[in-house]
Amino acid sequence: MEFLNPQFWTFVGVVAGVYGLLALALYVQFSMAGLPNFGHVAFMALAAYTMALLVIRAHVPLAWAGLAGIAAAVALGFLLGVPSLRLRADYLAIATVAGSEMIRYLSMNLSFTGGPVGSVGMLGPTELAKYTTSWDPFIEGITGTLRSLLGDLASNDFSMLCLAWAVLLLFLLLLRRLEKSPWGRVMKSIREDEEAAASLGKNVYAFKLQALVLGGILGGLAGILWALEIAVFSPNDFQPTLTFYAYLILILGGMNRIWAIPIGAVLFGVLYSGTRFLGFYPLSLVDSGARAYLRLLIVGVVLVVLMAVRPEGMFGKRQELLLEK
Amino acid sequence: MGSLLLQLVYNGLVVGAILALTGLGVTLVFGIQRVANFAHGDYLTFGAYVAFLVDVTWSGNLVVAAVGAVIATAALAVGLHLVLLRPLRGRGLVALSLITVGLGLVLRNALFLIEGPQPRQYAFDQAAVIDLGFIRVAPGELWAGMAALVAVPAVAAMLARAPIGKAMRAVADNRDLAEIAGVDTERIGLYVWMLAGGLAGLGGTMLALVQGIFDPNLGFNVLFLILTGVVLGGIGNAFGALLAGLVLGLVMEVSTWPPFFGGVPTQYQPVVGFIVLILLLMFRPQGLLGKARVL
Repeated sequence: MEFLNPQFWTFVGVVAGVYGLLALALYVQFSMAGLPNFGHVAFMALAAYTMALLVIRAHVPLAWAGLAGIAAAVALGFLLGVPSLRLRADYLAIATVAGSEMIRYLSMNLSFTGGPVGSVGMLGPTELAKYTTSWDPFIEGITGTLRSLLGDLASNDFSMLCLAWAVLLLFLLLLRRLEKSPWGRVMKSIREDEEAAASLGKNVYAFKLQALVLGGILGGLAGILWALEIAVFSPNDFQPTLTFYAYLILILGGMNRIWAIPIGAVLFGVLYSGTRFLGFYPLSLVDSGARAYLRLLIVGVVLVVLMAVRPEGMFGKRQELLLEK
Repeated sequence: MGSLLLQLVYNGLVVGAILALTGLGVTLVFGIQRVANFAHGDYLTFGAYVAFLVDVTWSGNLVVAAVGAVIATAALAVGLHLVLLRPLRGRGLVALSLITVGLGLVLRNALFLIEGPQPRQYAFDQAAVIDLGFIRVAPGELWAGMAALVAVPAVAAMLARAPIGKAMRAVADNRDLAEIAGVDTERIGLYVWMLAGGLAGLGGTMLALVQGIFDPNLGFNVLFLILTGVVLGGIGNAFGALLAGLVLGLVMEVSTWPPFFGGVPTQYQPVVGFIVLILLLMFRPQGLLGKARVL
């Protein structure tokens, strides 16, 4: 029975880990600095594309290519910040979506990015391109080690699960420290009242830029982990809806509760992938191909109902509700 | 070469009219409710499918179909306003916008479930070419062009002259001030949603006509272009949205003209639109017609 298949749930766990990382990036930008970035998926896409292109076309070692991917995401953070940080929140939200769509359109139509087929087509239509050649032995090494400890549970997906969640939890702890530091307090004061923070001599612009860049690093990491997990990606893996899934994770747990992000990520993973098992009556009337639409429909309903009924999330405090922005 | 340019200008004006009419709805709704309606693209799709049902399964008349789309989408927009968005007013920009994201997901995927992913087209000869003397257009483009010729001046005149249009602009510009001046903002809010929905229905039908074939992603695919037009015109600025939509449509189409740097490939049209947006935000962040104080 598929419902109990551990491999499937391992994959759900990887999805939750990667999306959780994206949600953490939004936490820095939105929950801490108050910047509504609606195009965060661009950081993922740019990092994944940079890494894959460097490996495939320039034969750069994977580790360096990955770092370059993150560097590209950081550069995008700066690039985005220069024109848009002086904008009002609503303009910023739309400008960021426009930016992310631009990257998706470009990657879909340029020939060196593989066009609509994505990473496989990076060397042109005649040759299958692959960027995971040096990654596969690495992850299999981890799997081998884990197998000697855990037996049958170990698989490449399971290794990826451990890796993604290790990265997520590491950055979560780091950011929790940062949030409680003077730096985090300045961030929150900027979120609440820019003018007040500026009047105390804080460089509002620089702090916002730092939040964008930090969020860019996390988004880039998420993109690289996701690219390594799925081994082949195309522009459509970086649809704008992805950003909203990350927002959903943030909201599920609680907009201002950093430790609730993993819980939100797991809930989202279950919600997103678990709907595959809606095979009982009356949903069995919907054929399995159409159930993908049903799944997204349910995600939409949850988003609407949750925002309407409990906008602070499950663990949030209504008093510190940043959604009023 | 000249006739190609004319052709592109015609296409640009039609696409621009679609962006202008739908962007007007988004910008007025924003002014009234402070929500960036991310479901607006799916309102367009809804309208296109209503027109499809009326045209193909019932009347076979495209004008009746377009009117049906306008009425049904206006009803949908007003209904969602009354049931969902009005009670939640004051929740803040991001919360409300996320609600509309969810709403869009529901609408889009409901259409996928009901109508299926297969491409649809209206019941007329798609391959026909009509010679207008100086340009040649497909029948869908001609219908959409005629709709634009009627709708854009009518809406602009309504906004400029009619008391209701002035009231809409006043509320969109400054809700509190309009209320103090005696404008019934609740009633105007209802009319704004009605107008926005109706124009989305019309715009969706026009878009489907121009494209020839469409599926439930029709409106979502242009949502970000519509939002780009709204920002270009200055959020909340009605005439700005109309002007920016037309400019955006023209720029995107004419940029493919070969003498213009060899012509931008068609598939990069949206990128051209977004580049225009980013340039504008860098040098004139309040939009084409926006006032600097808004920022």
